[in-house]
Amino acid sequence: MTPPPVTIVDSERPAPWAIAPDVPLALRGLTVAYRATPALWNVDWDAPAGAMSAIVGPNGAGKSTLLKSVLGLVPTLAGEVRVFGAPLAKARGDVAYVPQRNAVDWDFPASALDVVAMGLYGRIGWCRPVRRRHREAARARLAEVGMADLADRQIGELSGGQQQRVFIARALAQQARLVMLDEPFAGVDAATEHALVTVLRGLAATGVAVVAVHHDLATLADTFDHALLLNVRRIAAGPVSEVLTEEALQRAYGGRLAPTQLRALARAV
Amino acid sequence: MLARLADILLFQAGFNTAVVTAGTTLLGIAAGIVGIFVVLRRRALVADAVSHGTLPGVALAFLGAVALGMEGRSLPVLLTGAAVTGVLAVLTVQWIRDNTRLPEDAAIGTVLSVFFGVGVVLLSHIQTLPGGGQAGLETFLLGAAATMNRAEAVTIAVAAIVALAAVALLHKEFAVLAFDHDWAAARGWHTRLLDLALMALLVLVVIIGLKAVGLVLVIALVIVPPATARLWCGRIGPMTLLAGAFGGIAGWAGTAASALFADLPAGAVIVLVAAGMFGASLLVAPERGAFATLLRTARQRRALAARAMHEAG
Repeated sequence: MTPPPVTIVDSERPAPWAIAPDVPLALRGLTVAYRATPALWNVDWDAPAGAMSAIVGPNGAGKSTLLKSVLGLVPTLAGEVRVFGAPLAKARGDVAYVPQRNAVDWDFPASALDVVAMGLYGRIGWCRPVRRRHREAARARLAEVGMADLADRQIGELSGGQQQRVFIARALAQQARLVMLDEPFAGVDAATEHALVTVLRGLAATGVAVVAVHHDLATLADTFDHALLLNVRRIAAGPVSEVLTEEALQRAYGGRLAPTQLRALARAV
Repeated sequence: MLARLADILLFQAGFNTAVVTAGTTLLGIAAGIVGIFVVLRRRALVADAVSHGTLPGVALAFLGAVALGMEGRSLPVLLTGAAVTGVLAVLTVQWIRDNTRLPEDAAIGTVLSVFFGVGVVLLSHIQTLPGGGQAGLETFLLGAAATMNRAEAVTIAVAAIVALAAVALLHKEFAVLAFDHDWAAARGWHTRLLDLALMALLVLVVIIGLKAVGLVLVIALVIVPPATARLWCGRIGPMTLLAGAFGGIAGWAGTAASALFADLPAGAVIVLVAAGMFGASLLVAPERGAFATLLRTARQRRALAARAMHEAG
């Protein structure tokens, strides 16, 4: 891939230090490269509070990379990330991360409750034991995702959808104002996806910013309020209905979707 | 003979034997407990690189001490050398993994054999030196618990207790590191530091195991008790305690057996005791054991067949 030409930074956009503390997540000129190949190029975006935002785009568009660079798991080459107006290092407690389900080994010897209790470790502190009240708090978070009966079940014995619920319950336990999920609906059936969406919507209704990497354009409009359409660069961002235009999809997916598919998707919104 | 065995097992066979047995028991407990986290973090093979990587360190420490006119056989000197090259072996594996296209297992195989080869060459050289043959460095290969003196056993016991205390403090964090490394890093944890701490504990357990179990077999003490514990339970807490118990029993019973039969190398006996417990668990453990699995499957199939017949009328 040849690197895109350098764009002149728009002097109209607010400088990183001028970002209001009520913006859950603000990216300015975010650029990430794996070795010499750009994965994200000069991305600007503000994720709104109290809403469900999707990061969408074709394979290799940099969706997961964006998530990981925001969380400090992948180094950024240039640009700024602000979480509630602050650099990430000062805002870690405000962010909860839900990794891809297949990123961990589910044979790990733990119960659903054990995993959810990890979300409380920030409050419990290093080198201190998990106490009864922490376990009760974790049990309550599991109940919120409809898993109260399975709290003591070995995580390896849970279905894919139940494992995803455990991960979301762990994020709930962190009581973060920004929740970032990597493909939360990958490999779960439609009924489970609906249940997960209900939980996340409830979370957004309390003012939390929910940001998820999502790959299914067909369910985008039903599930999310906002979207960032990405293909290494930002193609479009805003309310889903404004993002899913035929022209924007053509630019993001050009060559990967047939013109009839593009039109059908744009019309469906 | 049985009476003598009972004396050793009950720490009644003289103070020296009792201290040595207590030392190897503590070593087994520490190795089993540290081993749980090493295995769950998928660093079991790295443990083998550490143990084989210690041999050149032992030899170089001996040569260095002799050159400086010091006592070459002093255990703290030899173990310091062992730790230095053991750590160097891990760092070399990590460097190869991160900077070449070789996968980690190939990197481990390469580093392990090269370090071991260098160690064997140095050891042969030491054998040719005046007094080198009596240095007893070859006992580091297969272990010689029975020849340990009191000070050596106390050194091992203290280091084992340090390792146990560290795990008692950090077990919660080690578990998260092993289960979901990225999530821990996203919370702002210094996962690199935590990994280093786990590696340091592993190196500690391996080097104190050198004298008793030997560098060829010490890895078994780190891996087999956790593997055995895994057959018995599904939660990390009880599993950790069980792995410590299995490791402790192996160290205790193995040392006693090798004290009884002077020709038996303690390392091999300790590993065989651990393997015996693993084999027995494989067969009889409830839920995960082979028998239990067979019985359960047979029962479920019978129930299925009965239901199918019932539905067919």
